[in-house]
Parts: sequence; C-alpha cells; structure tokens
Amino acid sequence: MIRYLAQRFIAFVPILLGVSILIFLAIRLVPGNAIIAMLGTEAGMLTENQRRALEAYFGLDKPIVEQYFVWLGNAVQGNLGLSVRHGAPVLDVILARFPITLQLSVMAMTIALLIGLPLGVLSAVRHNSIIDLFGRLFALVGLAMPNFLLGTLIIFVLSVYFHILPNSGDYVSFAEDPSRNLQQMIFPAITLGFAFSASVMRTTRSAMLEVLGQDYIRTARSKGLREFVVNRRHALKNALIPVITIAGVELGYLLGGTVIVEEIFSLPGLGRLVFNAISQRDYALVQGIALFIAVNFVIINLAVDLLYTAVDPRISYASKN
Amino acid sequence: MPVKIEPPVERRRGQGLLPRLLRNRSGTVGLALVTFYLLVGLFGLLGITPRPSLEQVPRDRLKPPSEQYWMGTDIFGRDIASRLMEGAANSLQVALLSVATATLAGTLIGTTAGYVGGRFDNLLMRVMDVFFALPALLLALLVVTVLGPGLYSTAFAIAVVYTPIFARVARAPVLSVKEMEFVTATRALGLPEARILARHVLPNTLAPLIVQVSLALSWALLTEAGLSFLGLGTQPPQASWGVMLSESRGIAELAPWLMIFPGVAIMLGVLGWNLLGDGLRDVLDPRLRGRES
Repeated sequence: MIRYLAQRFIAFVPILLGVSILIFLAIRLVPGNAIIAMLGTEAGMLTENQRRALEAYFGLDKPIVEQYFVWLGNAVQGNLGLSVRHGAPVLDVILARFPITLQLSVMAMTIALLIGLPLGVLSAVRHNSIIDLFGRLFALVGLAMPNFLLGTLIIFVLSVYFHILPNSGDYVSFAEDPSRNLQQMIFPAITLGFAFSASVMRTTRSAMLEVLGQDYIRTARSKGLREFVVNRRHALKNALIPVITIAGVELGYLLGGTVIVEEIFSLPGLGRLVFNAISQRDYALVQGIALFIAVNFVIINLAVDLLYTAVDPRISYASKN
Repeated sequence: MPVKIEPPVERRRGQGLLPRLLRNRSGTVGLALVTFYLLVGLFGLLGITPRPSLEQVPRDRLKPPSEQYWMGTDIFGRDIASRLMEGAANSLQVALLSVATATLAGTLIGTTAGYVGGRFDNLLMRVMDVFFALPALLLALLVVTVLGPGLYSTAFAIAVVYTPIFARVARAPVLSVKEMEFVTATRALGLPEARILARHVLPNTLAPLIVQVSLALSWALLTEAGLSFLGLGTQPPQASWGVMLSESRGIAELAPWLMIFPGVAIMLGVLGWNLLGDGLRDVLDPRLRGRES
C-alpha cells in the first residue's frame, strides 16, 4: 500500500512539472507587460530606471528559463512567489479564496449525489417506467442547461418573484455567520449541482442497469431476498465504482472551474481570482493557481482510486509478492 | 497479384448510417435538432435574416415579441430573431472549426502513439496527461487570454482542450486493432507502415471517434457561449448566444424574452448534438448500447 502510494506520488511529478512549464510559457505569451498592467495609466509616469527596478524586484528582468528555475526552486519549498496585483505571497492569496470554492464544490457535489443517486437507482429499477422517463428527461435537461443559463435564471426568478438578491457583493464566511453564508452559497451550489446531478444520474442508471442484468442478481432474487435488499446490497454496491469515478472527475473540475458561477453570484472564490489574475497578467498568481488546481486534481484522482478499494474489496493496491 | 484483405468488421451493406440512425429515437430527435440548427446557422452566415442583425431602431427598443419582431427587440432596438440567427452562425463556425482541428490533431497523435507504441507512446500520452490535469474551462480561459478574444481564438482554445480527449479516444482501439491478424498479414505483404496505419488500422477506430465528434460539438457550443458570456469569446456588437444572455442580465425583469430565446437556443443546440451523439453510439457501437442513455 505504501509502495503503491509512493509510486503514485512519483507519477505526479512529471505531470505537475509539465503543468508548470505549460502555464509558465503560456502566461508569458500574453501580450503586454506585467508592470504596465499593474500600474495601468500611471505606468506612463515611470522612468526607465523605476520600471527596471520594479521588474528586478519581481524577478522579471531575468531570462525566461532562469525565471522558471528560480520559481520552481521556490515552489518546491512552498513559496509560490509574490502576487504583483495583491502585493502578498501567492500562496496566502490562494488560501484565502480557496475555502469558498471548496465549500461551493462540496455543497454542489452533495446536492448532486442526493438527487442523482436515488433518481438513477429508481430509473434503473423501474426501467422504462414513468419514473425512468422523468429521470432521463431530468438528465437531458441537466446536460443541456449550461450553468451560466441556470444561474442567470435563478437570479431572475429570485429577484422578480421573491425580491431577494442572493448576493449583493459582500461575502460572509461560514465561520462569521453560518446562516447568511449558507443563504449566499445555496443558489450557486444548486446551479453547479444541477448539471453534476444529471451526470451522476446517468452514470448510476447505466451502471445499475448493467449490474441488474447479471446472473448473481437473479440468484439473489431466486433465493427469495426482498427486492430492496437485492437492489441495495447486491446491485447498488457493485454499481458504485463508475459513479465514484464520475463524481471524482466532476469534483476535480469544479475545484478549478467555478469561474462563471462565481462571476454570476459575485463570490470571491478561486475561479474569479484566476479569471482576474489572467486578465491582469499577474504571472506568479496564475502560475500558483494553476499548479494548485492541478495538485488538487491529481490528489482527487488518487483519492478516487483509494475509494475503489473501500467499495470493492477485490480491488487492492497492496503489493503482491 | 493484388490481394485484398478485409478487416474483421461486419460491413452492414445495404443498410446505410442514416436509416439506422432514424430508427433510433435519440438519433432522430438529435438529427432533427442539429439539421434545424445547421439551417438557421447557414441562413445567419449568409445574412438571410428578417432584419440586419446590427440594425438599431431607437423607437422600437425593448419591444416584446410581435408580428413585426418575432422574438422582440433588445435595448438598442435590434431584432432578437436576427441576432439569434447570426449567433447560431458564429457558434457554428467556432464549433466546427475547433472540433475539426481537435479531431485531426487528436486522431493523428492518438493513432500514431498507439500504433508506434513504446517510449514514443508513453511520452505523447504523458504530455496529454498534463492537459488533463487542468480543468477544461481554465485551459480555454488561458488560451483565449494569450490570443486575445475573438472567434478564432475561441475556436483554438476549444481545440486545445479537445485534442487530448480525441488522442485518448483514438489511441485505445488502435492498441487492440494493431495486434489483430489482418494487420500482421498486411505487414507480411510488405505494405509501408504509414499505409497500414491509414488504410487498415484507422478505419477500424472510427466508430468511437464519430460519437466523440458529436459530443465535442455540444461542448464546443457550450464553451463558446460560456466564454462569450464572460466577455472573452465573440465580441459585441457581434451577436453570440452567450453575449445575448449576458446582456439580458439586469433587464430580464423588464424584457424576459431577452433571456428566454438565447437560453432556449443554447439548450436545444446542446441537446441536439448530445442526442445525435447518443444515437450514433447506439448505431455504430452496439457494445455500448444502453449506457448513459
């Protein structure tokens, strides 16, 4: 097991290096100069020497390859550099925003599983019934409804019919005021969770249908077990693997892909941070966030693989000697 | 003496793709929606719209749907129906361009990697893994920022996201097909490797690729709208469904048609490509039938 984990972590290294090189090069291809972007119109008042001094301060005066290795050397020690825009260490800026995105993603996943799993199981068990039809329609709508449309729609309905504006700009953290925080987060979470629940439903349904056609299900039924027990203990447990996979993949994407929903609902999370950082050419911040998201992503993938062993004892990563 | 070796694929002669697709419910609905979308887009592209899409009629601002303006007008008095048609044309161009690029590049990378195998395969696939470790939207955002907003950079951004996916989809069947006897036979006949790959291996990997193309088009449509919604895709005053939806925010209380029509257009477009993809999968790849439908 430990050996397996070690192998997996070693396999992460090239991926993360690749991500960092990719982002490093990409962000430097963005037209414009970081210092000018930082100062805006005031950049015109800089003397040549002041500009050079600023570039030297942020390490932007060295050749690109050198900049990369300096950055990499610091990154492995947990120092992701300074954000030009925020005037603070990149890691601090990220960690201040990440809890919002994490909470949003976890809430969205919870909603998705609460709706998607039961609906998927019911659709499969009552194959071709009215429930199944409803479930499939739900999944199709969920699939076709982009989150910016659903988010816009939710805000529209709330403001016109209920006269509430879910977010008027001032975000409150869960620790400060749990009930207000949940009020602010629930609608963006529903927005993200809707499409997510559609893919959970589709996956659960198809996995259940496949399992329900197996011989051992017939055996379980023929020995007189109640339908509920057959469905839950024998079928659902075996159908969970693809569901876990899809939930993991979606969660991974959410942790880096909540940009649009955070924009619509004015939540100051990681998505908006990266959106702004890219347009403001905050090199260090974009690099830091991309690396952070990639690390999250590979860790979630690993967690998913480990979850398999918990669900299915036949899967084992212990070294076989 | 020319020897013709048939690949071990059941060729269902006399039964074209279309009739089989039409017997499939998802396929029929999907095909109908996609055809409608393509027609609307084509008219939009040719400029055959009820009114010029950029024409502003100040005295007819924010008019609800009527005989004169089928879908109402926006805040500048522009005809929504005409703008939707132009938006269809734009999103169609982006979707087709990006998916065509991604399909070509991804298939080339995937089949070559799978066929050559060994270190070359390993290296290419690890490079693809790097792209997979970044969320699709973030990657697209980055590309659009590097290239500047606009139709071509949106298309390129979507292509960058989808190339690794096509590479994986194309590679998997190559791994099994290349071990089959008929490939060994073609090699024994002394055919050049490139020809074996192009003429004998590739055709046997097409089914999953075609399905993926249809699904990719739905995602491309969504992403074009999403990037435009964020202000990074199609630039106003050019019409895009995403731009129109974004412009409806804040005044949808007064003029809900500003939000409803682009919203429905996006959903039907995405639904069409998705259903067509499902239908194609059922028809082309019966082993996957019933999954995820």
